[in-house]
Amino acid sequence: MINDSSIILFFLSLLCAPILLSVINRTKAIFAGRTGQPILQVYFDLIKLMRKGTVYSQTTTWIFRIAPLISLAGVMTTLLLIPWGKIPAPFTFTGDFILVFYLLGIGRFFTVIAALDTGSSFEGMGASREVLFSAFTEPILFATLITLVRLTDEASLTNLFHGITPFLWTTSGAALILVAVIIFVILLTENSRIPVDDPNTHLELTMIHEVMVLDYSGPDFAFILYGASLKLWLFSALLAGIIVPIHTDNVLVDGSIFLLCMLAIAVAVGVVESLMARLRLVLVPRMLVGAGAIAAVCIYLTLK
Amino acid sequence: MIDLIFVLLILTGFVFLGSGRLQFSIRTLAVQGILLGLIPLWGSWEGLWVRMLSITTLSLLIKGFVLPYYLTRAMHKSKVMHEDHPFVGFTTSMVVGIVCLGVSFWLASRLPTLGGTQPQMAVAVSFFNVFVGLFVIMSRRKALTQVLGYLLLENGAYIFGVAFAIEVPLLVELGVLLDVFVAVFVMGIVIFHISKSFDHIDTDQLSSLVG
Repeated sequence: MINDSSIILFFLSLLCAPILLSVINRTKAIFAGRTGQPILQVYFDLIKLMRKGTVYSQTTTWIFRIAPLISLAGVMTTLLLIPWGKIPAPFTFTGDFILVFYLLGIGRFFTVIAALDTGSSFEGMGASREVLFSAFTEPILFATLITLVRLTDEASLTNLFHGITPFLWTTSGAALILVAVIIFVILLTENSRIPVDDPNTHLELTMIHEVMVLDYSGPDFAFILYGASLKLWLFSALLAGIIVPIHTDNVLVDGSIFLLCMLAIAVAVGVVESLMARLRLVLVPRMLVGAGAIAAVCIYLTLK
Repeated sequence: MIDLIFVLLILTGFVFLGSGRLQFSIRTLAVQGILLGLIPLWGSWEGLWVRMLSITTLSLLIKGFVLPYYLTRAMHKSKVMHEDHPFVGFTTSMVVGIVCLGVSFWLASRLPTLGGTQPQMAVAVSFFNVFVGLFVIMSRRKALTQVLGYLLLENGAYIFGVAFAIEVPLLVELGVLLDVFVAVFVMGIVIFHISKSFDHIDTDQLSSLVG
């Protein structure tokens, strides 16, 4: 099903996504007692990178050049399928969330083989970690989606989010809270945020995502940075869709509630980053298996 | 709401499986003890309530405060702060926990219910805690962690007792008796100074004794 009017929201998402990164940075700055960078800093960075030239290592092949484009295109396509809370997505069909996660998967695949393409053992290490953690997050994500599908009896994201009503929160609040917690953990993992990876660090042993993209420069790096902010937007939108049960038929009200919720999620990520230290790498699988355990509990809760 | 408590009971089970620090495990069990004490608030006791209230208050105090206190003391005395090298790693333990959860929900759905006043989940959660407790006893080396595992198992038995309290009130009282058993274990660790006489409380070493 195609909702023409929602196309505007797609472009709005593309425009607003980098703000989330800025909000996270600003929250961390406030916690640390700093003024922080300007709220539009991510946009400035993107513009700056777009104006620069690129340098390619001689050992790389066309895979290395095509990877940022494909992963950015993948994430942009997924945004066409993501509803703004209760406002329907531009495209919606049965099982669209499966396409969403495998489009992200294509992007990840190309980032990983591009990292291997550079021939640097350092980037290979990051690629290995990225693949390991995504192997954990994928079944967990699908387990939570099974839970949501069973709770709402709907099988597309737009209808799923419509199915999450205040009534559902009173009857299966426990399962919904757990689902929200899991999605938050996955948001942190997939976007390489702090308990899993530190996006600011450039210390070899702690990096996952950053290490894979070290060899990119100029517009290519801008694509990657922008793709990362879109991915953050996507997972936040998933979380927002689950935790906001309110539905008015006024598009403006629904839209602003959704945006407020997105900002709140960004602040929450910032708070987590300020309060927690990065986990030791061996502890990350344990945390993810823990999230998997919660997902299993969710599925059993809906089996009754 | 009662579902939320059962969910929290399951989650504390998983936290227990995934944590190596004894102080943290003991606190987890204390939280679980308090949650257990809250369960009877949602039951309808039909004349049994004085008896039930006294028993559950007692067990809340014992499980939530007294036992954790003594366990912490035992921990400090035996100077074992951390479960260093369990037979089964913490991450693997959690995977085993997920399997246990599946098995217990399956078992609970197969069992005929007694009269049907008790929530369906109670049986599953009690099986889960029993399995996890047994697994902890099998997979950890330190005597104190094994006592904690026993306590978890015993919590499972208690949930089962509370769920069937109307039909079989005696079960709950037997559950309190099991607590006393735990106290005996703890005293055993403290009084006989298991740590001192063997230099550690690693039960794996017991198998190398020669008679």
